[in-house]
Amino acid sequence: MSFLEFQGIGKAFPGVRALSDVSFGVDAGSVHGLLGENGAGKSTMMKILGGEYVPNEGRLVIDGQPRAFRSAADAIEAGVAIIHQELQYVPELSVMENLLLGRLPTRLGLVDRRRALDWTRQRLNALGVDLDPRAKLKQLSIGQRQMVEICKAVLRDAKILALDEPTSSLSHRETDVLFRLVRDLKAQGKAMIYISHRLDEIFELCDAATIFRDGRKVADFPTLEGITRDTLVQRMVGREISDIFGYRPRVQGDVRLAVRDVTGHAVAEPIGFDVRAGEIVGFFGLVGAGRSETMRLIYGADSRSGGTVAIDGKTLRSSDIRSAIRGGLMYCPEDRKEDGIIGVRSVAENINISARRNHLRAGMFVNETNEARTADIFIERLRIRTPNRRQEIRLLSGGNQQKAVLSRWLAEKDLRVLIIDEPTRGIDVGAKNEIYNVLYELAERGVAIVMVSSELPEVLGVSDRVIVMCGGRITGEFTREQASEEAVLARALPEGAARADANTTRTVSP
Amino acid sequence: MTDSKTAPALDLAPGSSNTERRAAFWRFVDDYSLILIFIALFAVLSCTVEYFFSWDNVVGLALSVSQIGMVACTMMFCLASRDFDLSVGSTVAFAGVLCAIVSNATGSVTLGIAAALMAGAAIGFVNGAVIAKLKINALITTLATMEIVRGLAFISSQGQAVGVANEAFFSIGSSILFGLPAPVWVTLACFVLFGVLLNKTIYGRNTLAIGGNPDAARLAGVSVDRTRILIFLVQGAVAALAGIILASRMTSGQPNAGEGFELNVISACVLGGVSLMGGRASISGVLVGVLIMGTVQNAMSLMNIDAFYQYLVRGTILLIAVLVDQLKNRRQSR
Repeated sequence: MSFLEFQGIGKAFPGVRALSDVSFGVDAGSVHGLLGENGAGKSTMMKILGGEYVPNEGRLVIDGQPRAFRSAADAIEAGVAIIHQELQYVPELSVMENLLLGRLPTRLGLVDRRRALDWTRQRLNALGVDLDPRAKLKQLSIGQRQMVEICKAVLRDAKILALDEPTSSLSHRETDVLFRLVRDLKAQGKAMIYISHRLDEIFELCDAATIFRDGRKVADFPTLEGITRDTLVQRMVGREISDIFGYRPRVQGDVRLAVRDVTGHAVAEPIGFDVRAGEIVGFFGLVGAGRSETMRLIYGADSRSGGTVAIDGKTLRSSDIRSAIRGGLMYCPEDRKEDGIIGVRSVAENINISARRNHLRAGMFVNETNEARTADIFIERLRIRTPNRRQEIRLLSGGNQQKAVLSRWLAEKDLRVLIIDEPTRGIDVGAKNEIYNVLYELAERGVAIVMVSSELPEVLGVSDRVIVMCGGRITGEFTREQASEEAVLARALPEGAARADANTTRTVSP
Repeated sequence: MTDSKTAPALDLAPGSSNTERRAAFWRFVDDYSLILIFIALFAVLSCTVEYFFSWDNVVGLALSVSQIGMVACTMMFCLASRDFDLSVGSTVAFAGVLCAIVSNATGSVTLGIAAALMAGAAIGFVNGAVIAKLKINALITTLATMEIVRGLAFISSQGQAVGVANEAFFSIGSSILFGLPAPVWVTLACFVLFGVLLNKTIYGRNTLAIGGNPDAARLAGVSVDRTRILIFLVQGAVAALAGIILASRMTSGQPNAGEGFELNVISACVLGGVSLMGGRASISGVLVGVLIMGTVQNAMSLMNIDAFYQYLVRGTILLIAVLVDQLKNRRQSR
């Protein structure tokens, strides 16, 4: 019997069955990987463990005792800590205050700051975390905030720690720190669950693993010794994917997108580049390199202070999204939840929101038959997994949301240039492959594609040409043949740091 | 928003049909709960309250909620786009006063009405422009215009009710068409018009998209600023229309009319299931919300309950409605 046992867990939501009869165990002093495509049920499982959802069937057994959590407070009480992708902290408060939230030491009814500071410093040191207890959370990097979150869980004396995609927005160095902390906690006897799409991390960190697919457990690996990456991917997807990028060379036409001397927020040097019809140009850079900002300037989402953007020789009006869209320039944002989807609206609404203007009746009435058909076509073609087109899009998994956002532009009759920022962030292997295929198909139809990505293998695997940015300027350009990991990375790192960091870099994601 | 109820549930796992059936039942209750509550309320009051179930009383009820009803239609748009408008009560008063003054000065009721409608639209435009372009919080903006416009109503009328000499003016509020008073017809027309606008037109869909996620809507090519300004402009004009009708029914433009009106309108919308977080609204919900508010008030008047207690009951109903909504959401997301 393991320290933490899931026994026959089942959970249904109106219209969707999220989990069926899932059983597995996690030992104390081990890291247990959870793998599966988006929508496979991992996050639902975590929400059940965290007390946010109440399962319809089955039960949790912790240390031999059956538990039925009715709320998040119950789970915390039982020693469970979940570190979600979206962190939960108070940005205006300091590290110390966040760690001691609700139990700051007091003296004569007032907060005893000195004692609190000493205590925090001491505990952070013991955990090997280098943070200033007085720094406000909003001043810290995402990685540092995550550290705080983990420390909070540890200080609450959690016995079970679950980390949901902890490295998705961490730098390499932060990832190293995180891994060290995870190993320390393992040595202290915590039972840890680790969810990640990055198989390298699973192999590096986990002792055992369980694979989910379509809400069911499909495989248990009590040890990862001798297990290959292909085996895992195959079990996750349920079919063989030999090469997840599946690059297909294609014919390129004339210049479609011409960007000249664009300047604006976060751009240090005027940006200029061309993209040809049928070409996929990958933009690589580290966090803060200014790639996303540049794309927003080109699209018109933020106003630019200078420069021009032309599609097929026709200059677009500056800082005007609607004229960009009419000119054939479209954009899938980096932050899907904040900038991409309209969560409370249906999948069909999210798909039709832009293209509907071409099908209006009498200039103002929405053509519902047409929109329903359009939505159904794309749900089928891109295999968007949803009970039906009326489902609120926030209930879909990340990969399916991304497909819907893509469909929004595929539904446009005149898509000429597609800018797609982090096309597969937080998306599972199978859906990634599907999204790449959509990009190839578009390129084959003559669409010029700009793909921004922080995942080097993705940039190298998908692009015909790679442009590298660093510190708000373009620092390198490579053809597909020239582009190697070392060369691209060297250009992405700030001057001076290049040599030191290039060796320690971790390759990311499958 | 009500078209989701007939969707066949996707049965991913065999043997879960029982759960599915229960889910379908709850969906039905969720979609129709408000209407069911209203029907039950109406039936109970018909049986227990003397004079309640009579044609005259029902028409009177409809007349009493006609002003709130028409403004609730536009307030629905405002809330659906995640905005807020507190200035409608003041606009009602100012429009009434202005209509009376201009009618008296020019001798033309038509001119008076036109002036009032234009003033209402102008107030709405200012609200919208300040909120959309200058990015000032809607609550603050309309709180300010609420004060300013109320001030204008008092200044222009010198604090007195402005009587109208022209007989034609009174007919707006009192004439009967096909057995129903004109204001009731106007309100019904508003419900039909704004219902169609919300559900069938790009304007309504964009409104809901903006309320759901303004940033995403903008990046998807929705002209967010223009739509928001339009929403407030229309709201101002309809509030002015309500003010004109109210003035006509009271036979004078009164600068202190419509106090607390904005909160009654918002209450009716919230009771009708319009989300203050934006993105969710239904015209049938708002209609029922308005009717529930009106019915309760009407019944209390018939039962000779002191007007002071009516505040108490109205607040309690609102609180219960929001609570029920919360519970509903909680069940759906667990």
